[in-house]
Amino acid sequence: MYDFGYHRPKSLADAITELQRAEDGQVMAGGQTLIPTLKQRLAQPSDIVDLGQVDELKGISEDGGALVIGAMTTHAEVAASDLVKAKIPALAALAEGIGDPQVRHRGTIGGSIANNDPAADYPAGCVGLGATIHTNQRQIPADDFFVGLFETALDEGEIVTAVSFPMPDKAAYAKFPNPASRYAIVGVMVAQAGSTVRVAVTGAGAGVFRDHAIEGNLAGNFSADAVGASSADEGSLNGDMHASAAYRKHLISVMTKRAVSAANG
Amino acid sequence: MPDGSVGQAVKRREDQRFLTGKGRYVDDLHRQGELAAVFVRSTHAHATVRNVDKSAAMQSPGVVAIFVGSDMEEDSIGSLPCGWTVTDRHGEPHKSPPHFPLIRDKVRYVGDHVAVVLAETLEQARDAAELVEVDYEELPANVSPAAAMGAPLLHEEAPDNLCYDWVLGEEEAINEAFSKAHHVTKVDLVNNRLIPNAMEPRAAIAEYDSGTEDYTLWSTSQNPHVLRLILSAFVTGIPETKLRIIAPDVGGGFGSKIYCYAEETVCLWACKRVGRPVRWTGDRSEAFLADAHGRDHVTHVELAMDEKGEFLGLKVDTTANMGAYLSNFASCVPTYLYATLLAGQYRTPVVYCNVKAVFTNTAPVDAYRGAGRPEATYVLERTIEVAARELGVDPAELRKRNFIQPDQFPYQTPVALTYDIGDYEASLNKAMSMIDHAGFAARKAEAKARGKLRGIGFSAYIEACGIAPSSVVGSLGAGVGLWESAQVRFNATGTVSVLTGSHAHGQGHETTFSQVVADTLGVPIENVEIVHGDTGQVPMGMGTYGSRSLAVGGSAIMRACGKVIDKGKKIAAHLLEASVEDIEFKDGNFTVAGTDKTKSMAEIAFTAYVPHNYPEDLEPGLDETAFYDPLNFTYPAGTHICEVEIDPETGVTEIVDWVAVDDFGKVINPMIVEGQVHGGIAQGMGQALLEHGVYDESGQLLTGSYMDYCMPRADDLPFFRVGLTETACTHNPLGVKGCGEAGAIAAPPAIINAVTDALGVLHMDMPATPEKVWRLAQQAAAAE
Repeated sequence: MYDFGYHRPKSLADAITELQRAEDGQVMAGGQTLIPTLKQRLAQPSDIVDLGQVDELKGISEDGGALVIGAMTTHAEVAASDLVKAKIPALAALAEGIGDPQVRHRGTIGGSIANNDPAADYPAGCVGLGATIHTNQRQIPADDFFVGLFETALDEGEIVTAVSFPMPDKAAYAKFPNPASRYAIVGVMVAQAGSTVRVAVTGAGAGVFRDHAIEGNLAGNFSADAVGASSADEGSLNGDMHASAAYRKHLISVMTKRAVSAANG
Repeated sequence: MPDGSVGQAVKRREDQRFLTGKGRYVDDLHRQGELAAVFVRSTHAHATVRNVDKSAAMQSPGVVAIFVGSDMEEDSIGSLPCGWTVTDRHGEPHKSPPHFPLIRDKVRYVGDHVAVVLAETLEQARDAAELVEVDYEELPANVSPAAAMGAPLLHEEAPDNLCYDWVLGEEEAINEAFSKAHHVTKVDLVNNRLIPNAMEPRAAIAEYDSGTEDYTLWSTSQNPHVLRLILSAFVTGIPETKLRIIAPDVGGGFGSKIYCYAEETVCLWACKRVGRPVRWTGDRSEAFLADAHGRDHVTHVELAMDEKGEFLGLKVDTTANMGAYLSNFASCVPTYLYATLLAGQYRTPVVYCNVKAVFTNTAPVDAYRGAGRPEATYVLERTIEVAARELGVDPAELRKRNFIQPDQFPYQTPVALTYDIGDYEASLNKAMSMIDHAGFAARKAEAKARGKLRGIGFSAYIEACGIAPSSVVGSLGAGVGLWESAQVRFNATGTVSVLTGSHAHGQGHETTFSQVVADTLGVPIENVEIVHGDTGQVPMGMGTYGSRSLAVGGSAIMRACGKVIDKGKKIAAHLLEASVEDIEFKDGNFTVAGTDKTKSMAEIAFTAYVPHNYPEDLEPGLDETAFYDPLNFTYPAGTHICEVEIDPETGVTEIVDWVAVDDFGKVINPMIVEGQVHGGIAQGMGQALLEHGVYDESGQLLTGSYMDYCMPRADDLPFFRVGLTETACTHNPLGVKGCGEAGAIAAPPAIINAVTDALGVLHMDMPATPEKVWRLAQQAAAAE
């Protein structure tokens, strides 16, 4: 990797100061994408601001009927949390299925969503559950947060501080992993809250998206039989050596059915 | 039976250091004043290099030297040779174009070696390597073996990109056999390119002593003496007496560390040129790009049968991808390790095989676990399965109908091999019993009720191991002999140092060989030490590959032990005042026959080194060297059966059961054998379901990391059920055959036979990825 300045602030305020001071600063959360990128010399930031010791960004709590997860909370902590398992077991299961144990013990929810890898799991979790992204500047609905391929609504110098998840009546996440990388080829988070059904798909396109046709089918009848075909435009879906767009489109429907069945227990 | 005897599952002695992080690998070693080497690799699959501008890079901090091909040419460093010359169908030697360690004119694959940067630290060398400006004139590239003969030329020396067009068998005879056919089964199949992934990447450290003019090269080699021979005789001209090669602990090889590679050659040359030790450790990306790959065949096969389903003839037409250059033993893999195995376990009277080996703009391809034999087994076992389905015959029954029978050994195949012994039906029957073949229909029905498609697949494989009789391989074009050496050196205190030309890189030789020695000489296993991997200590040897270590290296050890015992008898006879003919050796004691007069092995060893009371005409010392050249190949064989379940909605294949019944001859350590079987199946399963080295049309490697190249993981595999049958090898003193490659050879057709059985289709190419399987499941459902 190339040389860079390294900063390890203890507070969010100090982190923002360091970031503003840097010529081309880069925030690091768990570093599970950033470190490999640096090692391959594919990025050359002037400074890295490591949030690892910013305690105010860590932890899981319940607040006003929502589950609030600090940005620097690791996947392993979410997966093991009794609170998450009690309130939104689908979210704990999603975290349990990310990467491998090493990744889960370093990688964080804030880092994952700020990176917005098109095959990451958390974007589907956030959109599917209708989460709200908290930053040092504002609150952004998940539907507006994930903009495109590795792109988010975050402005320059804006840092994710937490994610709050409303508690659904039922939810489940079903993932078809890439056998090599174990990222999602297709991952679907399905959630039912009152009369609202949300179906969020990751891995299949340039970024997470909602499948409104399937949502409509499920709104009146939340059962696997009602899922039907995905309405995604095949031309907008990813196709690569692991899975064609047509296969991914098919898997959206299959994974949704499995998620609905799991949600219905 | 004393602890550690032959046949016991002795825990691996080497695991203490491997499992506690105390192994010593090349990259763990450091030499004073060492420089780090980083290679500038081609980013193009095919290009003329017009210029290499190193001026900016030379200004980079810490840079000591940057070398290109012409620098090596100045010092008369030669081409990396191919050690096996195949003679083509016209009697001409194969085309072996130059393969210089640093390219001189053109690059021919992505990862080819353009220049080397030597700097004080690795990071400095990397920084500088980025500043080396290479002026490429791009040329059109081809990565497909099928298209190679009409593709842009890689080497002037090889018209049509053809390395050789080779034939085994008589065209007239095969045509006659086919003319009598009642049914001909035809299959087109691809044996997918694999990229070896030893846990430890390749590494080298080279050091030159200007006082003694000695070179030392630490290398991740499976065969340090072979590497020394190649480097001395063909590449550098350094006398063997001045070149010591040490291959310390090596973390896996699977064939990929047999060869003499560009990187270690450059380090060896450069260390003298700059007067400082030079180290290089490949990173994983470099391993993907530039380790020798495996397989990559395209084949059309036809099997002729009579009305009873008896095989009349087998005709095979294969195009084998050699990659951009001919790696050291690449030429023999798709010929003498492939076509010669096409009789399999069967009495097929006529076999005809044509192999065209071609150059493409891809990494060189060479032997990888099984080497030719997995390709042959896949061709045969896939074709027989298709034949059984076409004829409506039970696949086990069709195999049995054609098996070579136990009373037919020694059996001369139509493809040059003489099988010494075997009982193929015994293995098949045992495997069928273990998997409860009779219950399969019920299991399939039960799976269907759960929405799963269940299939069963057989693979009755044979391999030729214990390579190989030197006279045989010499007559076929090998540039080396394939014997092995051993030295059994008693110390005065009764401990034994055993020096072997075999090399262990995960196989557990330190345990298996110790068991053999402890058992043969009647000494405690703790007293035996195995020494290997250092040309400065061990007599010239030929190394480890082709499941040869125990059959050939172990036999050499047995022979050296025999010499020790013979000498011990003379010493004992003197001490016991008896004639040598009356001395019997048993369980570590020399005894005068019919008496209780006895001397232990330890007493004899002590006397040999402290010869105060000693035969006048006998040399002191107890230290014997032996060489063993095998009389024949060994022929491990067996049957694997697997059952899979396919989820038709996703196309995911799950292996739900696996039985392996292998005949490895005598087994020294059943635990180590079982471990080898497990590892081999895992690799074969990787080939069948997961692994595929893929280049895009421009020659960029698409599967250049674990993000895209899928290695098998524990949760991809079932619990294997392993059984053995035994027919002892008839021609080596241990009766052993070898077990290292069997799983990788047997597994791929077993899986594809099971997957296609589940889907109700005749054939599909590996790897059986979920999308491919899903598409076939859709077609099958539509057809129903």
